[in-house]
Amino acid sequence: MRKKKKELPPGGFSRRDFLKGASMAVSTGLLAAPGAGAATPEPSPGVLGPGAVPITLQINGKAHSLQVEPRVTLLDALRNQLDLTGAKKVCDRGVCGACTVIMDGHPVYACNVLAIEAEGHSIETIEGMGTAGDLHPVMAAFVEHDAQQCGFCTPGFVVACKAFLDKHPDPTREEVEHGLGGNLCRCGTYAGVREAVLEAAKTLKGGRANG
Amino acid sequence: MDKCKYDWPASGDRSLIGKRIKRIDGPAKASGRAKYTYDINRPGLLISKIFRSPYAHAKITAIDTSAAEKLPGVKTVKVILGVGKETNWVGDEIIALAAVSEDIANDALEKIKVEFEELPHLVWEENLEQAGSSAKKAGGKTDGDPEKAFSDPNVVISEGYYGIASITHCCLESHGNVAEWTGEKLLTYSSTQNVSGLPGQIGQALREQGETVSNNNIETICNYVGGGFGSKFSPDEWGIHVAQLAKTTGKPVKLMLDRNMEMEAAGARPSAYAQIKVSAQKDGTLVAWDSHSWGTGGPTGAGMPPLPYVFEIPNRNSQHTSVSTNTGPARAWRAPDHPQAAALTMCALEDMAAKLNMDPIEFFSKNADLAAGGRGKIYREELQKAAELSDWQKNWHSRGDKTPGHIKRGLGVSMHTWGGGGHNSTCLVSIHPDGSVETTLGSQDLGTGTRTVIAVVAAETLGLPVGAITVNIGDSKFPTSGPSGGSTTIGGVSASTRRASVDALDHLFAIVAPALGVPADQLVAVGGNIQAKGDASKHLSWKEACAKLQVKTIQAMGKNPDRNKCKLGDSGVGGVQIADVSVDTETGLVKINKVVAVQDCGLIIDLKTAESQVYGALIMGITYALFEERIMDQITGRMLNNNMEFYKLAGIGDIGELVVHMMTGPGYDERGTVGLGEPPVISPGAAISNAVANAIGVRVPTLPLTPEKVLAALEKGGVA
Repeated sequence: MRKKKKELPPGGFSRRDFLKGASMAVSTGLLAAPGAGAATPEPSPGVLGPGAVPITLQINGKAHSLQVEPRVTLLDALRNQLDLTGAKKVCDRGVCGACTVIMDGHPVYACNVLAIEAEGHSIETIEGMGTAGDLHPVMAAFVEHDAQQCGFCTPGFVVACKAFLDKHPDPTREEVEHGLGGNLCRCGTYAGVREAVLEAAKTLKGGRANG
Repeated sequence: MDKCKYDWPASGDRSLIGKRIKRIDGPAKASGRAKYTYDINRPGLLISKIFRSPYAHAKITAIDTSAAEKLPGVKTVKVILGVGKETNWVGDEIIALAAVSEDIANDALEKIKVEFEELPHLVWEENLEQAGSSAKKAGGKTDGDPEKAFSDPNVVISEGYYGIASITHCCLESHGNVAEWTGEKLLTYSSTQNVSGLPGQIGQALREQGETVSNNNIETICNYVGGGFGSKFSPDEWGIHVAQLAKTTGKPVKLMLDRNMEMEAAGARPSAYAQIKVSAQKDGTLVAWDSHSWGTGGPTGAGMPPLPYVFEIPNRNSQHTSVSTNTGPARAWRAPDHPQAAALTMCALEDMAAKLNMDPIEFFSKNADLAAGGRGKIYREELQKAAELSDWQKNWHSRGDKTPGHIKRGLGVSMHTWGGGGHNSTCLVSIHPDGSVETTLGSQDLGTGTRTVIAVVAAETLGLPVGAITVNIGDSKFPTSGPSGGSTTIGGVSASTRRASVDALDHLFAIVAPALGVPADQLVAVGGNIQAKGDASKHLSWKEACAKLQVKTIQAMGKNPDRNKCKLGDSGVGGVQIADVSVDTETGLVKINKVVAVQDCGLIIDLKTAESQVYGALIMGITYALFEERIMDQITGRMLNNNMEFYKLAGIGDIGELVVHMMTGPGYDERGTVGLGEPPVISPGAAISNAVANAIGVRVPTLPLTPEKVLAALEKGGVA
């Protein structure tokens, strides 16, 4: 599976296009996003920013209200405003997967989503999956198979694995190698990741069967 | 010789050492809770950005920062390189600033106006003739009589051109620091391989810039570091700027390099190219070597890799030329100079074997006694083991896969060596009356498993489970430990922790001996108990024993080296790797089928994290063998692939099957610990290049082995 690009609202655009458009010319696509109507006191309909606007994000089942400039990415909002630093900023252009979060069930690169675009969507981060003392089965499999070294790519990898297993509960090794091609590691932990994903698949299935 | 009480336990007495133990900080990392420097948020935090030279070589003729200074949210602007100064590479620092957010800091950068007078630059070094005066003789050495040896009519001579491109470190956590002053005290959070060493470097640099600060008022914290690979030993110029900006503004200031600058400014591995001539007798005995090598490490050029590598060929001449280029300065890159030396030497020697029509395993085995340090026997064992694990007998063929079709399969081999003796380290072990145990040392864990091995050593010594040990590292206020470079950490921290743990336990024995009615020297700590040697009935549980301390904590300090105590480690390791690849002669794509690594490193403390080091090194090696390269543009002087989209790292689907075999047991364990982090990353480039040559019947001269280069080589010959 290729990492699914998040579904943009009609007329939506990527972060890069958005930035190129100097934020003033943003039109209907974003206005249609739920909650954007709260962005007063803007002079005309269809315009958000360039100053900070209030938004509410649904993260790990909880609502968070914050003020963000329209150009702020979901990744920066999570990390800098909410101190949810599990998603890492590495390539900052949708290549390496270190910032992977799950939006409405799909893995997305949080550096490629604007915070204001994320409003109205359900967002799950690594912090919502488990804790060091109460590991999610994917996390536990990463520890068991030492699928980490420096650990900087690890949270993004764990989130991507969970999203992958949600869609492919019984993957082959080939599917794992294809489906997780969107996450890069510099220390070289892929051998452990391959084993971890296959084991987590078994654990999760067992868990479901028992539960 | 009498057994020394500090010595590692005999193999039958080890309950943890050498087993596969899970990384103790694994849960913190896998759950995203581990806090790296990049993750530090402080109240009132300012973000710093640096205006850098857009030219590879230029003189600054005017600077105007007024518009940036007026931008709301910008707190301070500091000129680093003033009018009249020259920049020497794209990315050279000119102005640092701090603002209330990253976006505003970036806005401010856009408002800075700097004018330049462009000067001539050089960013390509592969064509030595174009380098002109930037190329300078940089040493060489001659042993025996190579000239005479090459003129012997009975030898076979193989000549070729070989090379390995410059690559970057590309740490996933970019370089950076957070600096915060409280009165006279400076606290830095730094992404570093050198926790204990940073305050001294920061203090000195600040004093040179006119600041008044003493080293004892500087503290550096780094609990987790997102990759270093040799590029994070210093606070860096930008680390000093943030400390100054923090002082000026009275606020904590953070600067993490943007990805493009991580790729351009934060370290590169020097390139190496060479014309090489080798001679051997018809039976494969190596006779002579001649190499003329060159490479660049940026503005200051690059030194000679150790040529010829591993094999001390009796008649040898190695000459080197250093090329200064207007590119980002080189830094130590995992096993400095060795991947280059291996790529040049092992490819040239494999071509020699092919010319002799010899099996390279046989050829390397035959010449293994030329290896320094009397390692010939070990290398032969390792060659044999690697051949077995790769089904060499069955899968290897002479040059050029003759089977029909456009997919050609080949096998290649390489060998390497490294030092890896332990660095200086001090460790404080504390045993508390409640039974809790702490080990405290100013070390760092780059992901190699340092935390885990410290816990394993202390737990093994005290007869406790790994989870009973709290490991405190990552703070310069802790007892000093060396930087993590040169694969020296395992030797340093395992020895200091072992010695401190043994001494701490002796204190505890002395205190509980009366209660057990057994002399202190007849006590052992095993299975969570303190008990009489050979009489488990006389025992106290660990907790009961520690309770005898009442309100006192036992503290013992161990150090490395310690001349008064027996040695616990050694230096000098080797390894053999074999790559099995398939090459598509229509597209030029190289696919890894399998890579086998056979590696020795003395006594292994934690087999699991040790194996991870080797797996990781293989994957990093596959990356620089096939994909990775710093691509410079001579016209603009810029790096064309300063991002992770076009600077290619291997993905999970690119690595094939990996087989890791650690040489352990009798003959290896007695040496104590020896470093492992670097050696296995040395050989993959050469082994994969040799496998490709074996598959397609022609040498692809330089790494990385891109499809373009593979097809270009096939144009000149081979099996296609």
